[in-house]
Amino acid sequence: MRDWLLYRTFWDLTITGLALGSIYSLVALGYTLVYGVLRLINFAHSEIFMVGTFGALMASQEFLGIPMLEDGGYPYRTGFMLLVFLVFILLCAMVFSGLGAVALERVAYKSLRGNGDLFGAVVLAFLTGFVVSMVFVDDTLANVIVAAILTAPITMGYMSLFRRGKQSPRLAFLISAIGASTAIAEAMAIWGPEKREQYQTPRILEKDVLFSFLGADVRVDNVIVIVGALLMMVALTLFVNKSRLGRGVRAVAQDAETARILGVNVDMIILVTFALGGVMAGGAAMLFTLVYEQSRFNIGFILGVKSFTAAVLGGIGNLKGALLGGLVLGLVENYASAVFGGQWKDVVAFVVLLVVLMFRPTGLLGESLGRARV
Amino acid sequence: MLLEVRDLHVFYGRIEALKGISFGVNQGEIVTLIGANGAGKTTTMRTISGVRTVAQGSIFFEGRDITGIAPHERVKLGICQAPEGRGIFPGMTVRENLEMGTYVRGGKDSQKSADLEHVFHLFPRLKERIDQNGGTLSGGEQQMLAIGRALMSRPRLLLLDEPSMGLAPMLIAQIFQIVRSINEEGISVLLVEQNATQALRAANRAYVLETGYVVKSGSGSELLDDPAVRAAYLGG
Ligand SMILES: Nc1ncnc2c1ncn2[C@@H]1O[C@H](COP(=O)(O)OP(=O)(O)OP(=O)(O)O)[C@@H](O)[C@H]1O
Ligand SMILES: [Mg+2]
Repeated sequence: MRDWLLYRTFWDLTITGLALGSIYSLVALGYTLVYGVLRLINFAHSEIFMVGTFGALMASQEFLGIPMLEDGGYPYRTGFMLLVFLVFILLCAMVFSGLGAVALERVAYKSLRGNGDLFGAVVLAFLTGFVVSMVFVDDTLANVIVAAILTAPITMGYMSLFRRGKQSPRLAFLISAIGASTAIAEAMAIWGPEKREQYQTPRILEKDVLFSFLGADVRVDNVIVIVGALLMMVALTLFVNKSRLGRGVRAVAQDAETARILGVNVDMIILVTFALGGVMAGGAAMLFTLVYEQSRFNIGFILGVKSFTAAVLGGIGNLKGALLGGLVLGLVENYASAVFGGQWKDVVAFVVLLVVLMFRPTGLLGESLGRARV
Repeated sequence: MLLEVRDLHVFYGRIEALKGISFGVNQGEIVTLIGANGAGKTTTMRTISGVRTVAQGSIFFEGRDITGIAPHERVKLGICQAPEGRGIFPGMTVRENLEMGTYVRGGKDSQKSADLEHVFHLFPRLKERIDQNGGTLSGGEQQMLAIGRALMSRPRLLLLDEPSMGLAPMLIAQIFQIVRSINEEGISVLLVEQNATQALRAANRAYVLETGYVVKSGSGSELLDDPAVRAAYLGG
């Protein structure tokens, strides 16, 4: 009986579900922040997470020289040094993801805002060509060449579109997002030494059982993930509520035009918003590699879809909603895979989303960053 | 002249909302723009704040051409606005809303609390509501908050876009009284109003806007006595 499995391992499933859920929550924050400020779903956010896992990989393997899977061969002696290592890897992942998010904003989105300029049209045209070509050809280099050739004519089309309408259509952002997402993943698949294969990330610490809780073994890495994610979310909340720039983010989310009238530099706030989302995704990426010890060019996809689901589940645009949505999703997935079997895990997540949206169309906590006191 | 607008043209797509208007505000004055719905008053105010693009013409502040500079630079120079519809941040407390007025300046906490006290002196009601969310205030309280927030930036020129909109007569009189006392502190005021009688009484000078043109100008009392203005805007 599977229910029996759920019963016997309930607390185990709870701990690992909370750990996975915390990672969803951190990534969900990025979707929610950008949505709150720009009313835009940043579909390339999953790739920002992926870039962060490679940041963590490079930090531990290249910069710190932690060897692969050698028990006891860690280059640190004390618990304090371990903490320093963890923080260093975390910061590297955050820098990778944060810079990635900022670059993404500047290249793929910025020039589409307002009336849309020539640079925006060129980027959009290239990404469109790239994605279209990917449908037909399964070779990245060929796709790049096709996209480059198609760029000029498509650019002219977009320019005339921009000129006619007052603003770039929402669809332009969607195309740019999907295109950028694909381009980042493909770039990683080409340039990395393992190409499209999976990377193993070094084990940073022994995954000892720290303590037992109601018969469940609580492993040290799960504790680090849950505590670390909570700390990051507390820091983000403090930043958004107390700092000057954080106030600016909230002001733009609630009423962009009034914010500008009061002297908020909206362009800079948008950049800050992407950076914040990126840094959180970087944190998630580091915690992810700590537990799952792997990375790959397409690792962001499923995690991104789940985290986006978490954001919508909690109420997109709502920071607390991202936390709640992530945790609920992580738990439900774990319980469901114990009852119905692992293959149902992903399906159950979406069923939960559908059911919640049927009864609460704006998610569990509803209000957006605009309305709620975050 | 503190503010000078010369031959301003502003478009929304192909629609020309301002068709070459010119006017000015002298240091220490209250100047009012009156006009019917859709005359272009709000467009003018937002263009002065820098959130609408100028197609032609220029804006000078203290003799300096500010036509092309960013909105936050204008706040730094001393232009701040309580916009039409009040623009209260609904999810921020009264205190946070007020502190948004000091966003550009930054400033020390001691300065901030001095400015807060000043605003509370003008609007004691806001002090009682300090930790309440902006979105839960009444219309009158929101208007006080919008004006108070603009004052927090220590403006030299205060732009007020229909501060009396939707308020009861008692409250309107109170708001105009406060506008006068703000002006007595040395802050110049550009006031947009549909409530023309009150506005013309408060103003040193006034301009009448009609479908994107300035069609008349004069001192407040001149326009109050003008038969055409009386017929069109003062109910006969
Ligand atoms: N965002 C916009 N998009 C398109 N047209 C606009 C926009 N805002 C204003 N307009 C048009 O510009 C003209 C001037 O509008 P504006 O809001 O400046 O008038 P107003 O004098 O402030 O009117 P009211 O007294 O009703 O506030 C109107 O014809 C209006 O329809
Ligand atoms: Mg108006």
